[in-house]
Amino acid sequence: MRTLVLAVKSMRMRRFAVALTVLTIALSVLLLLGVERLRREARSSFASTVSGTDLIVGARSGPVNLLLYAVFHVGDATSNVSWQSYREIAALPEVAWTVPISLGDSHRGFRVMGTSADFFTRYRYGDGHALGFADGKPFDDLYDAVIGARVADKLHYRLGQRIVLAHGFGGGPQMLHADKPFRVVGILAPTGTPVDATVMVSLAGIEAIHVDWRSGMRLPGMEIGAAQARAMDLTPTSVTAFLVGLKSRLAAFAVQRAVNDYAAEPLLAILPGVALGQLWGLVGTAENALRAVSAMVVLAGLCGMLTALLTMLDQRRREMAILRAVGASARTVFALLALEAGLLAAAGAALGVVLLYAALAALRGFVAGRYGILLTLGPPSGEECLLLAAVVLLGLLAGCIPAWIAYRRSLADGLQVRL
Amino acid sequence: MIPWGLTPLLSCRDLRFAWDGRRDVLVLPHFDVARGERVFVCGPSGSGKSTLLGLLAGVGVPREGRVVLLDTVLSGLSSAQRDRFRADHVGYVFQQFNLLPYLGLVDNVLLGCAFSARRTACAALHGTPRAEAERLLAALGLDAAPLRRRSVAALSVGQQQRVAAARALIGSPELVLADEPTSALDAEARDAFVALLLAECRRNGSAVVFVSHDLALARHFDRIVRLPAPARAEAA
Ligand SMILES: Nc1ncnc2c1ncn2[C@@H]1O[C@H](COP(=O)(O)OP(=O)(O)OP(=O)(O)O)[C@@H](O)[C@H]1O
Ligand SMILES: [Mg+2]
Repeated sequence: MRTLVLAVKSMRMRRFAVALTVLTIALSVLLLLGVERLRREARSSFASTVSGTDLIVGARSGPVNLLLYAVFHVGDATSNVSWQSYREIAALPEVAWTVPISLGDSHRGFRVMGTSADFFTRYRYGDGHALGFADGKPFDDLYDAVIGARVADKLHYRLGQRIVLAHGFGGGPQMLHADKPFRVVGILAPTGTPVDATVMVSLAGIEAIHVDWRSGMRLPGMEIGAAQARAMDLTPTSVTAFLVGLKSRLAAFAVQRAVNDYAAEPLLAILPGVALGQLWGLVGTAENALRAVSAMVVLAGLCGMLTALLTMLDQRRREMAILRAVGASARTVFALLALEAGLLAAAGAALGVVLLYAALAALRGFVAGRYGILLTLGPPSGEECLLLAAVVLLGLLAGCIPAWIAYRRSLADGLQVRL
Repeated sequence: MIPWGLTPLLSCRDLRFAWDGRRDVLVLPHFDVARGERVFVCGPSGSGKSTLLGLLAGVGVPREGRVVLLDTVLSGLSSAQRDRFRADHVGYVFQQFNLLPYLGLVDNVLLGCAFSARRTACAALHGTPRAEAERLLAALGLDAAPLRRRSVAALSVGQQQRVAAARALIGSPELVLADEPTSALDAEARDAFVALLLAECRRNGSAVVFVSHDLALARHFDRIVRLPAPARAEAA
């Protein structure tokens, strides 16, 4: 207690150097915890994007690739699944429902997804949440569109808004499907998933805007008007991928095998959880590198503290001799310096946590908007507490070095300070 | 009344001390201090005066011989026990830089009993330790009130030494050790300091071992002890 009071008072006198040291440690702790937080939130956000879907089926490519383009709208499909195959797999006796997905168009930077109205009832995110409508209803007419929360927010769209879809991503005005505008009939509530950044239309709608297109080009001189298209057969020829719900999860492997062995065309069925696991395996290396770097930064911060303490040591010989003279033991001298290091590390850790929450609160909106990752402001997790404890412990250990030097010195010096 | 000197407060016999374990820097066959006695120790530089004070304070232990303080053989105690013993029974004044800059005036004085329950209790005999600290400061000519707001580093050297004396005296330790406490003071301040220190020691009943080069101060003391020059110490 007495030692604590002395340590605190001594540090208060050196407050400028102390504040700098604490700040250094705090920033390194901020980085350490920030990386950990972001990693965890990203994982849980990814994991919560597909719940309730038993299988995802697409053209044969890598499982991670399929997961990324079908669910996260990252990257593009290499090829499609024919409508015929889709119908046949959907008709398998084990299959309870399917939701087709047709990607490839965009609207002002947001993905357009052709799907069936079942999407709004079947798709689940988080721990089994169904999609909810903030406004409006699912699409019904051929030229109806439903938009995700972020689309509505960013583009300030309300119900009834007329929108024009573009072919592909980032093309010029000639790539717009300007002849067949859509009308927003529904706006989804926020989900924290890629759905928020998606414009959803019916498969037939996708078909309609492409009736006068072939292989990514408008057929010259063959324009078919919006009204004309309504009269045509708009059954799609293919879809990009589809989500499958099974009657019993036990059948998952059997159906997966059946799809993978599908004779008519090379297909791939993935279990979302397994594919996510593979994804984590891939990004794990990068994550670990990031963690290693942030751990190094913490070590650097603690080294800074050690340097400050060691530099201070010579100036404090006098202080130690005075304390020895009034009856402090060499052990008290040791405790004083080790305690100081512990306090610095603890203060740094505490400030780091404060900075973390400040940063989380400040960046929350941005990260949610930009990356669809919902940063939670919950209390530190067990793992984070462990990391913090490790930082303080390391600080204490580092402090034992100057403490040991001062201890040896105060035994050797006696009451005389020899400089 | 028990006559002084019947059981000496401090008694040293056949002391030998070497910093490096070989060459004795201090050889002292006989050195006693009675309760309340005021002893002036002088000797050439390097004769081991500071070293002797370190042994009396129990910071170091002699290579040979023994220091008996208050019927306790210091070398028979563990180093932690000696530290506690020092906290309880010994006050110490350095030549210079006696004060912790991060403590206030009164807190620097209170540091004298911070490591000793005995001295804290003793200082609280007529009120609180804080009141006793203020009394000592006042008795040593430091009016605490106007000085208190200032940092102790802003005090003059003479003032700092008086604060150090108050710290050594608080809680009435039986023995006060002072290692050239006046060498940074001018002649006038020197005599004033010694007079004040000795007056307070008498009031407390503390014995004083006062190391100095300045023989002019010797007249204030009961007895002078001269340490021989290092070369002769070696020969002896
Ligand atoms: N901590 C120490 N470690 C090693 N040697 C020391 C130490 N302190 C003192 N000495 C040596 O012991 C001898 C006696 O030193 P000491 O300081 O006791 O002399 P002193 O009489 O106090 O001298 P001065 O009048 O100059 O203060 C000197 O030779 C000195 O170099
Ligand atoms: Mg000396």
